[in-house]
Amino acid sequence: MSVLVYTESEQGKFKKTALEVASYAKAVADQMGTTVTAITFNAGDTSVLGNHGVDKVLKVGNEQLESFNAKSYANVIAQAANNEASKVVIVSSSADSKYLAPLLAIDLNAGFASNVVEAPSSTSPFTVKRTAFTNKAFNLTTINTDVKLVAVSKNAFGVKESSASATAEDFSPSIPEIGVKVESVDKVSGKITIADAEIVVSGGRGLKGPENWGMIEELADVLGAATACSKPVSDLGWRPHSEHVGQTGKPVASNLYIAIGISGAIQHLAGINASKVKVVINTDPEAPFFKAADYGIVGDAFEVVPKLIEKLKAFKAQQ
Amino acid sequence: MKILVCISHVPDTTSKINFTEGDTKFDTNGVQFVINPNDEFGLTRAMWFKEKQGASVHVVNVGGPETEPTLRKALAIGADGAIRVNTAATDGFLVAKQLAKVVQDGGYDLVIAGRESIDYNGGMVPGMLAGLLNANFVNNCISLEVEGTNATASREIDGGKETVSTSLPLVIGGQKGLVEESDLRIPNMRGIMMARQKPLNVIEPVDANSETSSVKFEKPAPRGAVKLVDADNVDELVNLLHIEAKVI
Ligand SMILES: Cc1cc2nc3c(=O)[nH]c(=O)nc-3n(C[C@H](O)[C@H](O)[C@H](O)COP(=O)(O)OP(=O)(O)OC[C@H]3O[C@@H](n4cnc5c(N)ncnc54)[C@H](O)[C@@H]3O)c2cc1C
Repeated sequence: MSVLVYTESEQGKFKKTALEVASYAKAVADQMGTTVTAITFNAGDTSVLGNHGVDKVLKVGNEQLESFNAKSYANVIAQAANNEASKVVIVSSSADSKYLAPLLAIDLNAGFASNVVEAPSSTSPFTVKRTAFTNKAFNLTTINTDVKLVAVSKNAFGVKESSASATAEDFSPSIPEIGVKVESVDKVSGKITIADAEIVVSGGRGLKGPENWGMIEELADVLGAATACSKPVSDLGWRPHSEHVGQTGKPVASNLYIAIGISGAIQHLAGINASKVKVVINTDPEAPFFKAADYGIVGDAFEVVPKLIEKLKAFKAQQ
Repeated sequence: MKILVCISHVPDTTSKINFTEGDTKFDTNGVQFVINPNDEFGLTRAMWFKEKQGASVHVVNVGGPETEPTLRKALAIGADGAIRVNTAATDGFLVAKQLAKVVQDGGYDLVIAGRESIDYNGGMVPGMLAGLLNANFVNNCISLEVEGTNATASREIDGGKETVSTSLPLVIGGQKGLVEESDLRIPNMRGIMMARQKPLNVIEPVDANSETSSVKFEKPAPRGAVKLVDADNVDELVNLLHIEAKVI
């Protein structure tokens, strides 16, 4: 009956989203009067999960599952859910979790709600709040099936502490045939990704050309942030597509989003709205971004950003 | 190769989002509907397969008669035929069930869907469809090549991309990258005229239940006004972010 949560790790270490979904699973389990079981793939030390509400960890260690595969991961999670007789299964909103979740829903005959931002308002009927219309609205949804699958939005519920200790045991599932084989992975190493970043520094067409991104990268460097851009910037080839954020690009749900030379078109805002604090730097006081931001500077990016870098360096030096 | 492109009929990205009937229904008043952007990238890639590899391309939507102009637009862009499954798209599972039947009956080799629709953002239909069909599945697909029954695709991952090899039958959840923005086609007069002659078959749904139901909608709370900081006083911004917002 325990709530099952898929806690993702990278190179054996848990991601922040893993601790967030564990915290969410704990909240659901408390509401239902049950415990939390986490499933991990090739993770190292799992004791940290206990600090976020996990009672038991099922450790899958298998060479065939070394690299992510949506179908086999979904199938293994389904086996664990069946073993635990779980009625609720929780995953994150990472690209990998979004990939496997619908397959898992079919494996488990589970109704599925994605982009969930709060603990259930009721567990019978099982009712959750999710974002819809790309963050322009929320939708209260009930899941009517016996087994329920919930994908939790990033940085919405938050990481919660709870002092328990998690027992760990090995779980040896059967591994299904896979039909999608990874040939190569092209990933910039050592760079913070937009998905994992606490802070995102984003540049728009107001920066005039790709040669001016030096200061954007430097600002991101000082803050330990990821870099992003508006859609025209990637369409023009100034920056790679992977940096395009917004309704048709990547979603951003960071703690801090700094928009520089971005007008704040509705499609841009929709994709970054889930960020907690938004800062805009723009020469035009009428730019729509000022209506969506928490803090703003009306000014020329080419003057403001170098000053901001300098001040932040001084601030960091004091810390 | 027989290709089926799933077309979601969604409000234009600039639409005002409002609700009616006690906040239980999306207010379509004055809203312009379009092909879901992720699906449009997929449709355009399908046209490439048609023109370069002789594939046939059908488009499908699960929805009421109001979605037909969107299907006609897909026909005007170049699809050979359209199918509408005549039922309200009440949840992702129900839609996937209907699509699975269409795929099985039509013997499609490749199904191109969008990674998510921009209205409900469920991101579940393509994966559920692949699960129901036991077909291969690539999500967040940003490139796709097919040779015979073998396919090579890449998908966007957090922080980069991954290239995979797979085979038909295949379902993809597509997005920008499958083709570039500049490759998208605006239907011309000839396309629009031809679309009128092309078949748009309306079929009745198979028995299936929704697994989830929408209770109601809410709009985000109105936000406070922006705090402006003088361009000559950047220190102030650093302070606010540290002390007030606590994000640095
Ligand atoms: C279907 C659809 C989907 C879309 N999806 C997305 C999406 O996902 N993401 C996205 O970003 N856009 C998207 N768009 C595009 C969107 O409508 C806007 O065109 C785009 O966001 C504008 O980008 P921008 O703000 O960089 O450029 P602009 O609108 O050109 O704004 C540039 C800004 O820079 C300011 N500026 C100029 N010089 C300076 C300076 N020296 N210092 C500081 N500021 C300066 C200007 O005042 C202006 O506000 C979409 C559009 C459509 C139709």
